[in-house]
Amino acid sequence: MTQLPPKFAAWFEAQGWQPHDYQLKLLNADESTLLIAPTGGGKTLSGFLPSLIDLAEGGSGLHTLYVSPLKALTTNIARNLARPIAEMALPIRVEERTGDTKSTRRARQRIDPPHILLTTPESLALMLSYPEAPKIFASLSRVIFDELHALGESKRGDHLMLCLARLQSFAPNLQVLGLSATVDDPEDLAKFMGAQQIIKAVQRTKPDIALLPTKLPPPWAGAGGRYGVTEVLQEIAQNNATLIFHNTRAQAELFFQALWMANEAALPIALHHGSLSKEQRLKVEAAMASGALRAIVATGSLDLGLDWGNLDLVIQVGSPRQVKRLAQRIGRSNHRFNIPSKARLLPTNRFDVIECLAALQALEAQELDQTKRGAGPLEVLCQHILNLACSGPIDADALYAEVKTAGPYRGLSRADFDACLDLAATGGYALRAYDRWQRLMLRGGLWSLRDPRAARQIRMNIGTIVGREMVRVKSRRGEAFGEIEESFASALREGDSFLLGGKTLRYVRLKELTLEAVQERKAEPKIPSYSGQTMSSSLRLSRRVFEILADKTRWKALPQSVQDWLVLQEERSEFPSKTKLLCESFPHRGQQYLVIYGFAGKNAHQALGLLISRNLEAQGLAPMGFLASDHALMISSLSPVSDLATLFALESLDEALTHWFAQSSLLRRAFREVATIAGLLQRNQAGARKTGKQATFSSDILFDALRKHEPDHLLLRASLEHVSREIIDKERLSALVEQFPQAHLRVLPQVSPLAAPLLMEMGRVKLQGQGTEQAARKMAEELMTLSGLSQIDIGGA
Amino acid sequence: MRAGLDFRFHGQEFIARPSGALYWPERKTLIVSDLHLGRSSRYARRGGALLPPYDDGLTLAALGAEIEALGAQRVISLGDSFDDDAAAGRSYALPKGVEWICITGNHDPLKGDISLPGQQFEHWQEELSFRHIRGEGPDVSGHLHPVIALAGKRWRCFVVSQKHLILPAFGRYTGGLEVGDAAFDGWARPGYALICGQSVFAMPLKS
Repeated sequence: MTQLPPKFAAWFEAQGWQPHDYQLKLLNADESTLLIAPTGGGKTLSGFLPSLIDLAEGGSGLHTLYVSPLKALTTNIARNLARPIAEMALPIRVEERTGDTKSTRRARQRIDPPHILLTTPESLALMLSYPEAPKIFASLSRVIFDELHALGESKRGDHLMLCLARLQSFAPNLQVLGLSATVDDPEDLAKFMGAQQIIKAVQRTKPDIALLPTKLPPPWAGAGGRYGVTEVLQEIAQNNATLIFHNTRAQAELFFQALWMANEAALPIALHHGSLSKEQRLKVEAAMASGALRAIVATGSLDLGLDWGNLDLVIQVGSPRQVKRLAQRIGRSNHRFNIPSKARLLPTNRFDVIECLAALQALEAQELDQTKRGAGPLEVLCQHILNLACSGPIDADALYAEVKTAGPYRGLSRADFDACLDLAATGGYALRAYDRWQRLMLRGGLWSLRDPRAARQIRMNIGTIVGREMVRVKSRRGEAFGEIEESFASALREGDSFLLGGKTLRYVRLKELTLEAVQERKAEPKIPSYSGQTMSSSLRLSRRVFEILADKTRWKALPQSVQDWLVLQEERSEFPSKTKLLCESFPHRGQQYLVIYGFAGKNAHQALGLLISRNLEAQGLAPMGFLASDHALMISSLSPVSDLATLFALESLDEALTHWFAQSSLLRRAFREVATIAGLLQRNQAGARKTGKQATFSSDILFDALRKHEPDHLLLRASLEHVSREIIDKERLSALVEQFPQAHLRVLPQVSPLAAPLLMEMGRVKLQGQGTEQAARKMAEELMTLSGLSQIDIGGA
Repeated sequence: MRAGLDFRFHGQEFIARPSGALYWPERKTLIVSDLHLGRSSRYARRGGALLPPYDDGLTLAALGAEIEALGAQRVISLGDSFDDDAAAGRSYALPKGVEWICITGNHDPLKGDISLPGQQFEHWQEELSFRHIRGEGPDVSGHLHPVIALAGKRWRCFVVSQKHLILPAFGRYTGGLEVGDAAFDGWARPGYALICGQSVFAMPLKS
């Protein structure tokens, strides 16, 4: 077929549309395909075109399954499909199935599925856990994965590929279509989904993208971008609709507040981020869709999602940290093929200017960051095995063969598969404590649930998204303000105020999983930050920043204020180069500082900070704490550092990393996620705590038990892999350590221009390396002193 | 030996231990609550998660270490020693050479065999009343598994108020109930949380 069927051709013509080349190519494709196309441009509709044509003459049973990472997208697609189906009078039934779908409807779908089913990875996994699964999916011809680039970056993607392998067992001639935004390595993504061919849509017109000029120079330190509020407001006024991206919720909140203070024209501007209540977010999205808003201040919560036709400008505040993230965010504006996307970058401090410029240049060079795709995580396979056991008995050999057809698990060894099966069945402990109470029993050569009632609990735990525990924030009357992370909530005390949803709220009390707060008129919040990790700059971006610094001829592209700063650094100290790892040491206010310009990313610097602090301690130099940024590590101590060689003398890197892992909470946090996915911890635990029962225990207890008794347990191995996979530090840290012989220590009488912003940052953040117990003890002692008591004697004579 | 916190409660001197045990030096008595032995096997039997099967071993090892470190001659267990009847019937490697006083908790079998030595009581009276669930007071009890959130972490803690001394759960796989919970309303304040970290430190509970 090189042409649309007459009915479709006529409909296209009626819309005034010409089918794109790639759309016609898709019609001819009978093998699995990865379609790479920039955001917008009717990519998703093209994906459905072959299905609509197939089904135009009628069909029975489930024909096409569409999987998207967002529930909102399925609703959007349902709406978009309704029009051509109605206008061409096609006999096609389209239905959604997500967590929001009513259970009666879901039950009906299991008996009488629609022609086209729109769903999410989690809902698909759930469907596969029912005994009816083989029947439902036997008729399946096509699967469409939307936003595959996003799915492919997380465990949701690995999980989805396992589900795909199962679907292919039910329907061996299944044709798979992956839709993706531009990625660094399309072949890798094609392998991931098992595509035999890649179709690339034409490039869009080059985007119009630049730094946003500001009257005030960017500050030395800080991450808010509030100095540029006037210029941002001007841009909002000059465009129809603007999307303003921030990297963190806290920054979005503060910026939103600053915007409103300066918003004399009262332009309708709203806020959107993951901590706001769902109703609030939906309200904002609807207002944007109807054209009622001129701007939204947002975070990654709007990275994927709805097409807003009127959106014509994207402003990115602060370095996007990753080039591809910038590319995708830019693509949100001017969502049509022939009009260039328009975006402006507002750096948040002087160093950030350099990183923003580096990101622009990388984008210009089409140099997207690499996606490191490791082997499929084992904990995901453990969950998958349990889910499948809910649908019926499992043949281990057949399942192993099936799992190996999933892209991320192609290299899975039989030993690892057996270990996962063992974990699902017995817990995988050396102490065979559960022989009588195994979860899965081998009966007649097949593995099945010992207690079929366990299926309910297993189904409740489906999915690979493990959220942090959140606390709802409400007013006394029950008005919902949003949600904040529990760790942040528990650090708040009476009278503390914080920002949420653009409002300054005062903490009243925390009861169970609800925080009661009152709105304050006073604008300045006491604690403006959420906890949570920030993302490190990508390796490629760090390298470009380094290259700009090292090459004086490239400074011309920077604003004057930044150039002046770099010239001053050149006069007072020097710059790192390819053959020189620059370290500076200087005294400041009674303390000694050492700065290592490693350009290895925040996490690698943090690890190094811990390791070096230990060496400082061993040398009696009394380390006080350290600050890790993406570009440098700054360590403060009481005595000056004179000898780098002993400082950098690290034991084997693996040993050092193990030590770091043990100290940092990273591994524990990873274990919590891994253990939840594998089914060791129940996701509904938070719910159980709400009822006031004390039946839950922290994952830390299990972690400690395993570390002590079974250091080689599968879940500990998976946690380590999770940390190295998600944080990708090891490589960067070892690359940095390899540079140690090139270290050059510059001893300065005072702080250098390049180090000054770090020093300012150090004054405002909590330093790493302070023990939690010390902090808790200090808080407790303060209260004991305040209460005027230091000895407890209750009911005494 | 890790540091404990000395305090007085109704004329008696006690030491709150970082392990969550309470020591009564004058009587050479170690008081623990909510051991919840058999928790991991109960989960497994019900078809739930297969937790690392080391909870009983860890709990009893910690108990043994406390007895030895303090030279205790008697143990008072304030109930919920077992997670359920099946756990109560199993045998455990218990620390030897101490006298046991076992108070029955809501998870323990009311009658019949339990595998702890010594006698079973609904409550035990000496200078103070020892029970599973707090009564009129002054008394020492458990049941609630108190924890307190501080500096971004949840800590097990004792709660000491005018009439009641509540022990944290000693069992390793036990969760906790925040002292802000309604279950602590009306009697725990004014009082103190004795917080179990590497050492024990006190914090007033505001009324």
